[in-house]
Amino acid sequence: MSKVWRYGDHVDTDVIIPARYLNISDFNELAEHAMEDSKENLTVNFAANVKLGDIVVAGKNFGCGSSREHAPIVLKVKGVKCIIADSFARIFYRNAINIGLPVLEIGTDVEKIEAGDELDMDMAKGEIKIVNKNITIKTKPLPEFIQKIADCGGLINYLKGEQ
Amino acid sequence: MGMTMTEKILARHAGRDSVSAGDLLVSQVDLVLANDITGPPAINEFEKIGRPVFDKNKIALVPDHFSPCKDIKAATMCKTMRDFARAHEIKNYFEVGRMGIEHTLLPDSGLVAPGEIVIGADSHTCTYGAVNALSTGMGSTDIGCAMASGTSWFKVPAAIKVELTGKLPRFVKGKDVILTLIGMIGVDGARYQSLEFCGDGVAELEMADRFTICNMAIEAGAKNGIFPVDDKTIAYLKGRVDREWQDVEPDADAVYERVVTIELDKLVPVVAYPHLPENTHPATEGRDIKIDQVVVGSCTNGRLEDLAQAAEVLKGRKVHPSVRCIIIPATQEIYKEAMKLGYIDTFIDAGAAVSTPTCGPCLGGYMGILAAGERAVSTTNRNFRGRMGHVDSEVYLASPYTAAASAVTGYITSPEEVMK
Repeated sequence: MSKVWRYGDHVDTDVIIPARYLNISDFNELAEHAMEDSKENLTVNFAANVKLGDIVVAGKNFGCGSSREHAPIVLKVKGVKCIIADSFARIFYRNAINIGLPVLEIGTDVEKIEAGDELDMDMAKGEIKIVNKNITIKTKPLPEFIQKIADCGGLINYLKGEQ
Repeated sequence: MGMTMTEKILARHAGRDSVSAGDLLVSQVDLVLANDITGPPAINEFEKIGRPVFDKNKIALVPDHFSPCKDIKAATMCKTMRDFARAHEIKNYFEVGRMGIEHTLLPDSGLVAPGEIVIGADSHTCTYGAVNALSTGMGSTDIGCAMASGTSWFKVPAAIKVELTGKLPRFVKGKDVILTLIGMIGVDGARYQSLEFCGDGVAELEMADRFTICNMAIEAGAKNGIFPVDDKTIAYLKGRVDREWQDVEPDADAVYERVVTIELDKLVPVVAYPHLPENTHPATEGRDIKIDQVVVGSCTNGRLEDLAQAAEVLKGRKVHPSVRCIIIPATQEIYKEAMKLGYIDTFIDAGAAVSTPTCGPCLGGYMGILAAGERAVSTTNRNFRGRMGHVDSEVYLASPYTAAASAVTGYITSPEEVMK
């Protein structure tokens, strides 16, 4: 069962990983600053409390702004299993797929998921079950080409497989 | 079915007669870019592939974000990129003292021509649409892969036609056009789409305005922004680009998701309030907002024309005693030209600091970081929470005219107020 970390609309990559830390090359060290500038961090510190297998759920345009791949990387390093949002900014979406972090765009269905909800994911079936509410959300499959990259665990593995 | 400018460029590079929105394709690219933040992870990914670079003349590496290096960690990252550039004989590696802010430096150095595809590990790579290129930002893995393959995968974007009519009033510039547009359509209004600029108003915009407008296409969520080629484009390219190019125009029956019209005559100087670039307000409404810092520069507004606006306002005036004003020419060439034209004297006489090219303050890197509770008016591109420093600081985005006028008064000020 995965715990939900809930965020709003237009969460930008400066909030996900502030540029003042981008001189840190070690991703484990960098990940200690994940979500540091979010308003939600004033209440509960994400990096200190997130657990392996937790899920980030957000509103519209998640990951807008800078192209820094460090943003999906720090979430992945922190153990985030997948990100579910109403919609994603395109560079973040692409980066997440490329590094093998699953991203699910589910439109306004995202409003059914609240902070603290417990989710059961069936990626193969494309189902998100909100266990404590007994609600099941169906997701749309990824385009075949993108699914292949995701299945390989990212773009590098995909390219290696092609050679 | 007709094609947009972006579709035509993608079709040509993918070796296809036509493409339409939603198609996924693999396409050749003409230039691959990375900087000192995104370069080292891209190099790391590149090395996993175990192939040589696809073309040492078609990779550009620019240390501009934390460079001249702000600390040991930044210096280590720059060294990684420098060592890579030397080992692979990368022609377009730009060292400190010869570099500039990437998105001004590359087109000014003739590295981008109409109809070309440029991908860069920096979201503001979309700037080069001003010269009719299809350019877009990606992450480090994509760029690492492209350094090996010379290709990338693309989803053909749907397009929004932005019809520009009329002529800009005095003191209203490209920055006001793009901030107004983002205010109209929102920060995700063009998400995964192309912003295609057209209409009789295009001819009235200088190249500097077009670069600023395309630069901030990403701030509306767009994949790219693009202008057609006209006499002004050709005048700009002359002496910079000596290879042949094939520019593109949209077909009369090109398909657009929607049309947005902007009457340039009706625009006023605007400011985007924290914490989203869509929060635009007329600059005249900002009298109650006292400021601590002004920054003129960045890939958005560090061109000679931008410095000229700031100099016009600051000539014979002083930066307000409670304001720090930092002015950063985008390239060494621009810096030198600004010196010749007397702008640098004007800035220093007014009490402003002038710096060698760097992205520094725009992303809260260094060279002008804000403390808690401080406010800046900045010609940069983002006003997200904590973007320029402390998470409780604020950034207000504006044109160089408006930023300079605000530096003089100490509060958000429309340029007309100072220049009357």
